[in-house]
Amino acid sequence: MGNEVDFMIKGYYKLTLFGNEVYVTTTHVCTLIVVLLLLVVGSIVNRKMKKAKDIPDTVQNVAEMYVEMLDNIVAENMGKTWLKYANYILTIFLFILICNISGVLGLRPPTADYGLTLTLALITFVVIQFNAFKHMGVLGYAKSLTQPIPILFPINIISEFATPLSLSLRLFGNIMSGTVMMGLYYGLLPKLITIGIPVFLHVYLDLFAGAIQTYVFCMLSMVFIQDKISE
Amino acid sequence: MNQITNEGFILAMSAIGAGLAVISGIGPGIGQGIAAGYGASAVGRNPGARGEVVSTMLLGQAVAETTGLYGLVIALILLFANPLIGKL
Repeated sequence: MGNEVDFMIKGYYKLTLFGNEVYVTTTHVCTLIVVLLLLVVGSIVNRKMKKAKDIPDTVQNVAEMYVEMLDNIVAENMGKTWLKYANYILTIFLFILICNISGVLGLRPPTADYGLTLTLALITFVVIQFNAFKHMGVLGYAKSLTQPIPILFPINIISEFATPLSLSLRLFGNIMSGTVMMGLYYGLLPKLITIGIPVFLHVYLDLFAGAIQTYVFCMLSMVFIQDKISE
Repeated sequence: MNQITNEGFILAMSAIGAGLAVISGIGPGIGQGIAAGYGASAVGRNPGARGEVVSTMLLGQAVAETTGLYGLVIALILLFANPLIGKL
């Protein structure tokens, strides 16, 4: 038998905040590592782009490719005012992508914690509701909730609040199931099989599923926001 | 039968419940398969629209997947954060 099954969130350091016990957990540490990585990459790219050349080198090429690719996706989905939302979508795309594939780097993916995915989904929820109020007005928004018939008003309210719930549960469930699978594989099988073979599992569960879920999260955010600003 | 403690009974039943909850994966499997099949036939009929078909298909599959994930989340809660033990 191998070692113990290990994929849960662990508390490393206990703090007392306003009389409550708060732990610094695996999620905090891994999120901090991801954010530091993004900051370093961001500052390197920033320095390179300040002296951008006509013939791009590697860093400039990759950065331009990323921005162009995502700009195209956002422009396809968001209509005329897409540029306002490109910042938000590009930021959460990069953050969720690095979080999801950080299982390859030996971290526990921060997105396998419901606290983080719920926070991300609530940010999207705030953007959706802000745009709804901005583009329809309070009365127009209230009227749009009574479509197609007024009896459906409570159900429409519930469906507004179900949006962040399903967004966050989708991301959390997918990444958590990948983490559980990898934890079971490493924990329950003999040590000999855990050399080399998990590469394929990592490619599927971490890289492929992580990239797909990142795309889906951003895509659904754009669809929900677009749904509000087009009316 | 008298040796079974209350905690043991709740844990065993939670394990059975977790197993039953994961059966919800059948539905999204069928749904995603149907979506992928129609996506493949759409790409076969119109290879030029491959990018749009694939992105629409992935979006539909992701939405269909949600119900299965609710079952998974319930199974994870029953196994690792059992709320029923505290009810004793």
